[in-house]
Amino acid sequence: MLTLRRTPLYDTHRALGARMVEFGGWEMPVQYSGILAEHQTVRHAAGLFDTDHMGQFEVTGRDALPFLQHLLTADLATMEMFEARYAILCYADGTCVDDTFVYKLPGRPKTSPRYLIVVNASNRLKDWAWMNAHRGGFRVNLHDLSDEWCMLAFQGPKAETILQRLEPFDLSALKYHRAREFKIGQGRGLIARTGYTGEDGFELFFPVAHAKHLWDAILEAGQADGALPIGFGARDSLRFEAKLPLYGHEIDAHTTPLEAALGWACALDKMFIGRDALLKQKLEGVAKKLVGFEMVDRGIARSGYEIAKDGRAIGIVTTGMFAPTLGKNLGLGFVPPEFAALGTEFEVIVRGKPLKARVVKTPFYERPGRS
Amino acid sequence: MSDKPITYSPDCKYTETHEWARQEGDLIVVGISDYAQNQLGDIVFVEMPPIGDTVQAGKAFSVIESVKAASDIYAPVSGTVAATNADVVNDPALVNQDAFGAGWLVKIRPSQPGEMDKLLDATAYQQKVEAGELK
Repeated sequence: MLTLRRTPLYDTHRALGARMVEFGGWEMPVQYSGILAEHQTVRHAAGLFDTDHMGQFEVTGRDALPFLQHLLTADLATMEMFEARYAILCYADGTCVDDTFVYKLPGRPKTSPRYLIVVNASNRLKDWAWMNAHRGGFRVNLHDLSDEWCMLAFQGPKAETILQRLEPFDLSALKYHRAREFKIGQGRGLIARTGYTGEDGFELFFPVAHAKHLWDAILEAGQADGALPIGFGARDSLRFEAKLPLYGHEIDAHTTPLEAALGWACALDKMFIGRDALLKQKLEGVAKKLVGFEMVDRGIARSGYEIAKDGRAIGIVTTGMFAPTLGKNLGLGFVPPEFAALGTEFEVIVRGKPLKARVVKTPFYERPGRS
Repeated sequence: MSDKPITYSPDCKYTETHEWARQEGDLIVVGISDYAQNQLGDIVFVEMPPIGDTVQAGKAFSVIESVKAASDIYAPVSGTVAATNADVVNDPALVNQDAFGAGWLVKIRPSQPGEMDKLLDATAYQQKVEAGELK
C-alpha cells in the first residue's frame, strides 16, 4: 500500500487541530478552524500555508538556460536575477506535463545563474524523470532539493506588515514576482513575492531544519493581526476565485496552455518542446476554451460535471464551488469557443438535472488596488 | 466549529449514515448529526425534496454540499415529506451552528410503523462513531 508522505510540520498541524487529508500523495491539513473562515482570513488579514509538499529542483551548469528554454514555455532569457516566472512543461503535442514557477538566482560564481524550479507535489517524480530524460547533450546539473528545503506561503493584505516584524530588510522594496535572500539561523533562505491565492503575499524557501521555528514565529508575529494557519480547502477556494490553474483540473496531459487561457505564459517565438503543436493550434484555433461561469439556477457545479447546451454535451467542469468572497456558486470549465463569449448560457448537469449557468468575466476575484 | 466537543442529542434516534430522527407528534423530524456537520465542515448548500415527495428508509432524499463536496442525505424512515426547513435553504450554516435544532432538514409523515425502533439510540450511535465503525 502506498504510504502518504508527511512534511516536517505534520505534528504541528495536528496540535493546531487540523483535519488531515491526502493531497498529491501527501498527508496535508485540509482545514484548521473551517474553510470559510480561513478563506476570509487570507482575503482580509493573512494566512500561513505549509506548501512543503511541492517539489523543488535546482538546475545549474553552463547550459542551464538553454536546457530550460528547451523544456519550458516561458522565455527565461529575459529574466533578471532574483526574478520569478510562471512557466509550463509541455509534451511534444502541446499538452501539459506540469506547471511550474522558475526562480533565477545567483549561483557560483554569482554571475552564473542557478534556477530553482517549483513543481506540483503530485507531479514531482514525473517531472524529475521528464527533465532528466531530456538532458541530451546539455551540460547541466539537476538537483532535487525537495527533501532538504522547506516551503511555506504567507499570504494576505497584512502579510508584508507581519513579516516585516521578523526581517530587517525593507519588504516593501521586494516587488511582485521578485525574490531575495534572508538569514535564517546560520544559513540562508529565499523569500519571494509570489503566491497562489490572488492576494499579495510571500513564499519562503529555507533549510528544512528551521520549519517548525519559522512557522511558529510567523504565526506569533501575526497573532494580533488575526493571522491563522490555512488548510488546503481554502487554498483551493482562494486560487479558484483568482482563476489560478490547478494541475489535474484546468491543465493536464489532455489540455494545452492555449486552451487553458495560459497563452501569455508561452513564448511561441522561441523553440521549446510542444512549441510547434501550440503554434499550429494558435493558427488553427482551439477546440475548447476555459471559461468562468456563474450558476443561474440553484446548485453547485463540481469538477467533472458535464456542461450541455440544449440537451447536447458540449464540455466539462474543471473546478466548481461556492466562492466565499463572491458569495456565489461559480465554476470553471471547458466549452467549444462558440460558447465562450460573456453572457452565453448553457446548462451544468448536476445529479442528472440540467441547471442553467452563464459565462462571466474572470478572474472572479481581483484584489483591490491591484494594478 | 471543530474546537467544540461533539454532542449526541439523547432524544434522537440515529442512522449509521449520520442522520438523526426525532418523533414530534405524528411527524418525524430529520437532520444530520453534530458529528456529521463537523466532518463536512462549512455547509454552503442544501437541496430539499418537494413537499409531498415519497421517501424510503435508507434512500437518499436530499443533498448537502460543503465547500469541498456534495453528500447525499438518507431517509431514516419511509413516508412522505410534510415540511422542509426554508431557513436552512437560505442559511445553510444553520446546520453547522445547531444541527439538532434550527438546522433540521425535513419533517416526514411516516408510512411504516416501527422503523424508528430499528434506528440507533444516542449511546449506541456515539459508541459506533467513537469506535470509528462508521464512515
